[in-house]
Amino acid sequence: MSLAATVVAAGTTSTLTISHLGALGYGLAAIGPGIGIGLVFGHAIEAMARQPEASGRIQQFMWIGFALTEALALIGFIAPFVFS
Amino acid sequence: MTGDVAAASAASGGCHLFSGCGFPAPGLQDFNFETMFTIGSWHVTKPEVLAILCAIIVIVFFWVAFASPRLIPGRMQSLGEMAIVGVRDMIVRPQLGKKGDAYLPFISSLFFFILLCNLMELIPVAQFPVMSRIGFVLPLVLFMYVLYWYQGFKTKGFIGYFKSWVPHAPLFIMPLLIPIEILKYVIIQPFTLAIRLFANMFAGHLLLSIFMVATWYLASLSIGLVYAAGSLFMVFFVFLLELLVDILQAFIFATLVSSYVADSLEYNH
Repeated sequence: MSLAATVVAAGTTSTLTISHLGALGYGLAAIGPGIGIGLVFGHAIEAMARQPEASGRIQQFMWIGFALTEALALIGFIAPFVFS
Repeated sequence: MTGDVAAASAASGGCHLFSGCGFPAPGLQDFNFETMFTIGSWHVTKPEVLAILCAIIVIVFFWVAFASPRLIPGRMQSLGEMAIVGVRDMIVRPQLGKKGDAYLPFISSLFFFILLCNLMELIPVAQFPVMSRIGFVLPLVLFMYVLYWYQGFKTKGFIGYFKSWVPHAPLFIMPLLIPIEILKYVIIQPFTLAIRLFANMFAGHLLLSIFMVATWYLASLSIGLVYAAGSLFMVFFVFLLELLVDILQAFIFATLVSSYVADSLEYNH
């Protein structure tokens, strides 16, 4: 594999191939949505604590916001399979 | 190697820790199945059987519940009414309002079909989420795509629908806003709708099979038993997580379809 990068450390040799880089890419892709989902749920909880009578309506938008944010991480998850 | 063969070779028991064979990692090959039987030129595989089974269960359930509705509901009718009212109050009404009740039969059958297809992931013997094959998701999304375009043209007219895409904004921001809105309605909405359901089920099935195979692989008479116990705990944990994800994804699919239809029905910008 021409694009393979070889890592030599402390006498052991392991090879990083493109398919392994997919896992690395997923790790990078999960950073943003991780922060985003934290913000979505955090603010939803804060809003529900401020106004408990509006929790039903807030939860609706919370799940939609969660779904929209999560899509990015999932695209990162399947991209290595698509391009492998 | 197909999913059936991989499962059979893992279950035959030869492959354990320290027995000289590597970890049989689950991968894309677990999503391909051998033909179960053939009808004419149609090769029926396991996901197809499961999808048809789910459709039949939904149809039969609502048929039994509402074939002869009575004022004082019987057992099945009460159950059916609970299902319908749950979908109405949690999915359709918050998005579409009272006039959305016309969509209730469609959205509720959609919701229960997707829910059953997802739950097939956790039911023994079936153990495959139908929606983790993107071929089952794309036709569903195509229906939704046609539905909200048709509804938009019907209620707002041909030009009016395209006009309603772009919200009111200062003129200088329009060159940026118009391409984004076109991209959103034409590509991003259907694409993310499909990818979300597909990738969630795909990831869930992969996660579950990784821990199940790992439990089997680590269970040898050595230190591996400790790790196998940990892996077995993760199987139960992921099982419960997937139960949540299955219900949530069916809910989100139905909610987003309702909200896209609501976008087509009214000027809410």
